Amino acid sequence: MAETSPEAVPSTEAHEQMGFWQRYLFSVDHKVIGKQYLFLGLFMGFVGVGLSFIFRWQLAWPGTAVPLWGKVTAPQYYEFVTMHGTIMVFFVAMPVLLGAFGNFLIPLMVGARDMAFPRLNATSFWTIFVGSVLLLLSFFVPGGGSRAGWTNYVPLSDASKYLPGTYWGGNLWLIAVAIDFASVLMGGINFLTTAIAMRAPGMTIWRMPLLVWEELVASVLFMLSVGPLIAGVVMLLFDRMVGTGFFLPDKGADPLLWQHLFWFFGHPEVYVVAVPGLGIAMEILPVFSRKPIFGYHAIVWSTLVAGTLSFTIWAHHMFVSGMDPTLAEPFSVTTVAISVPFAVILFCMIATLWRGQITLSTPMLFALGALANFILGGVTGIPLGTDASDIYLHDTYFVIAHFHNTLVPAAIIAGFGGIYYWFPKMFGRMMNDAWGKVHFIFTWVGFNMVFIPLFLIGLGGGQRRIYMSSVYTYYKPLQPLHVIATIGLIVIIVGQIPFLVNFFMSMFRGAKAPANPWNANTLEWATDSPPPHENFHAIPTVVRGPYEYSVPGMEQDWAPQAAAVESGAAQG
Amino acid sequence: MLKLIIYVVGTIFVLVEGTLLAFVILYRRRKGERAAFVRGDSLRQLSWVLIPVVIVAFLDVAIDVMAKPVWELIKEQSPPPGLTVKLAALQFGWEFTYPGPDGKFGTPDDLVQTTFLTVPAGQVIRLLMTSKDVIHSFYVPQLRLRQDIIPGREIPAWFEATQPGKYEIACSQLCGISHFAMKGILRVLTPDEYKQWVSQHWPKSGAGPGKSASGARSSATGKEG
Amino acid sequence: MANSAVEIGIAHAPHEVPTSFELGKLGMWVFLAGETMVFGGLMGVFILVGISHGGWGPDGAHVNWLLGAFNTLILFTSSLTAALAQGAARVQDSPRAKRYLSATALLGVLFLVIKGFEYAGDFRDGFTPLAALFWSFYYVMTGLHVLHLFAGIVVLFGLMFMVTPRTPAGWLERKLKYVCLYWYFVEAVWVFLFALVYLAPTAG
Repeated sequence: MAETSPEAVPSTEAHEQMGFWQRYLFSVDHKVIGKQYLFLGLFMGFVGVGLSFIFRWQLAWPGTAVPLWGKVTAPQYYEFVTMHGTIMVFFVAMPVLLGAFGNFLIPLMVGARDMAFPRLNATSFWTIFVGSVLLLLSFFVPGGGSRAGWTNYVPLSDASKYLPGTYWGGNLWLIAVAIDFASVLMGGINFLTTAIAMRAPGMTIWRMPLLVWEELVASVLFMLSVGPLIAGVVMLLFDRMVGTGFFLPDKGADPLLWQHLFWFFGHPEVYVVAVPGLGIAMEILPVFSRKPIFGYHAIVWSTLVAGTLSFTIWAHHMFVSGMDPTLAEPFSVTTVAISVPFAVILFCMIATLWRGQITLSTPMLFALGALANFILGGVTGIPLGTDASDIYLHDTYFVIAHFHNTLVPAAIIAGFGGIYYWFPKMFGRMMNDAWGKVHFIFTWVGFNMVFIPLFLIGLGGGQRRIYMSSVYTYYKPLQPLHVIATIGLIVIIVGQIPFLVNFFMSMFRGAKAPANPWNANTLEWATDSPPPHENFHAIPTVVRGPYEYSVPGMEQDWAPQAAAVESGAAQG
Repeated sequence: MLKLIIYVVGTIFVLVEGTLLAFVILYRRRKGERAAFVRGDSLRQLSWVLIPVVIVAFLDVAIDVMAKPVWELIKEQSPPPGLTVKLAALQFGWEFTYPGPDGKFGTPDDLVQTTFLTVPAGQVIRLLMTSKDVIHSFYVPQLRLRQDIIPGREIPAWFEATQPGKYEIACSQLCGISHFAMKGILRVLTPDEYKQWVSQHWPKSGAGPGKSASGARSSATGKEG
Repeated sequence: MANSAVEIGIAHAPHEVPTSFELGKLGMWVFLAGETMVFGGLMGVFILVGISHGGWGPDGAHVNWLLGAFNTLILFTSSLTAALAQGAARVQDSPRAKRYLSATALLGVLFLVIKGFEYAGDFRDGFTPLAALFWSFYYVMTGLHVLHLFAGIVVLFGLMFMVTPRTPAGWLERKLKYVCLYWYFVEAVWVFLFALVYLAPTAG
């Protein structure tokens, strides 16, 4: 592990002697790579939101010209809807939750100097960078980007005759997604190896912060579920580019095969996104309640159970797909069963607040908002996961509202919480808390303005992926809901302006951050803000768990994980 | 069924969110006070979480048990149909084939119509659905009927419309650029209107198409699974 | 909130922390788990589709199982030489290790050459990827395997060039621990492929 040898004294200077390219662009330092992922994820996030602005405008005021864009045609609508989903799941949620937070925090939280394989780490970032470029490129190739939905069902996505003109768009989509998968797999290798083999002395697995647990479970889930879909992507590329018939019914194949492959991955995938997001909230809640997380062990075991169960529920996406209806019943049972471990996790998080000393700082607001909406997402999963009720709700806006109320709280709302919380550690400065609260209000209120109407549209029968709902009279009474939702989106977009200004200005002009502005226990707070190149001046020895807050008998209400020394002898 | 589930989960939702909100408000930071040091690792403490979870689990199971017969009735079994119609979905329209008075398909008295599905009220209608190209989905919101149609198979569905009127048929699985425009009309006629419609299209016959024969007729369902 | 890392006083650890598992090996195991799902996914689909078709029938009868069997022997032998290379590296006998490594790599190259001839022969007989679904699977699965084998050969050659008399002791031994693991994996995948794609269709 001689990749990053700690320099003698003082390492920051030696680090500064490295050229710009090595230090910022092609750095192998996990902290730099984490920030690179964050910037890429934020950028792609704004692209994704921009796309949603265009199609949501079309949904609210069909046929009118979208500001800054013009009128939306049907092919454009389907392209934007497809790319919005693809970008948000594969190029925002995963890079931010895993690539940014996982990379930046895991070595710090376990007390290591870097990831196990720093060069592999840099490679994983540049891989997803290439994937992002390819996906964005697909907008500009002849025919434009894929229009088959982020789920890319066959035969629609299999032969060009069904979606004329999107030959290169569809191929690039497949290639970009496969590259994204490779990147996350590489990251997973690092996360697992580092957390298993490089923990500081005294850091038993039951003393790891919950975020580390969640990142590890996410990595394992991804690793074990993505293989069959990679196989499917290769097969589909062959169908499109070579002319094989893996998925074509006229050549004797079963189109449902793609759905099985996609959702066998797709379902664990949403937990790959959900659990790190919840993990971020799990780090924030104790700190701002000054209480231990309630039920650390229960949360860990529930996460493991939920992760395991997540492999058994995929066909709830396919209840009405034409697969054998007798299969629906076992999948319905397993799907509804997965609400049990999640209920444990969510209830434990709520119990953490009980008799706490709660400070509603910006990170805490985002963590609470994420928790509140994730609960909504969770309960709305029940009617979808029950086969009989899903008949009516499948492919409606109810589904869209459900998954946005799980994925967005995890990836975006908790993600923002994480940004505000760890910004001091990442950049050595504090973000402005008042503007952060403004950002929270716009984001959270706007978010609910978008998706609560969408639940109602779905209950009213409004199906998804409809470019022009005026075709159907039953859609007419639902139209005002679309208007409210689009206004909500505008609220969200406006609310991001204070965030962007706050984020970039604080990076250069924010108040200098102390090592531990939040009086938190986990190891990343036991070193400077930002940490030195080698993370810790000396590897800490861990003597307690991560959530010892308000321990009776202790004078201060927090107890850092690493051993405290009585005399304030200066170290490093 | 759906309403019941919504009420149950709605109640759970209100209770849980209410607790969350209450805690946030009640336990705001007050000067000089300390938080309770509760780790939640002992069974006694965990039971505060586990008991609500058990209640949720019980409700989940109850929902599943109640849903099972509903699902089976809709998707697996079918009451004996009064009329069977074949449906072909394509980019971007619907094609309906009526068997005619002889009740059989593939005979000269079959009738093929696009866009309009005409059926009598109060009878069980059985649909045999195929697709000519990509995956589509037959969806009639007011009937709570939805079934994806996979090319390469023949997929059955059934419904019984009790109220005469015009209902929209929509495609409920992304099938291409004009997926949104793939509209059909289900015309549910009163018995008199239906007799009129039948005699319009099959002037020589007396009985409606398939009334007597389709009970005995069972078409091969496509490869499943 | 004026704490700094200094005041907390991080306990001083006398040496850098030794890792509890060898990093390279652990990382390789994790990587191979993911790879297993890719190949496993392909094979699983192949099996399921085959079952739903009631067997591959005449389409699968024309695989050149003789060449396939010969290739299997080649890979088995290459695993033996890989293990011998590891043994030599363990006792720091770099020249001998390099010889066994080159044998391993050359056997891999031989596999690829034979595979090339096999593909050419299949094409000549009209068994292209478009000929039948069986052949589509055949080319995708064996092709993916070929790519993995090629990558392994490149790494082996790379290792051989990087080992000089000045290479520190134990370096090659550590590298081979996970490189050879990869090689055994590629060979194991082939064994499954051979059974699925060569033996099963022709036996039936």
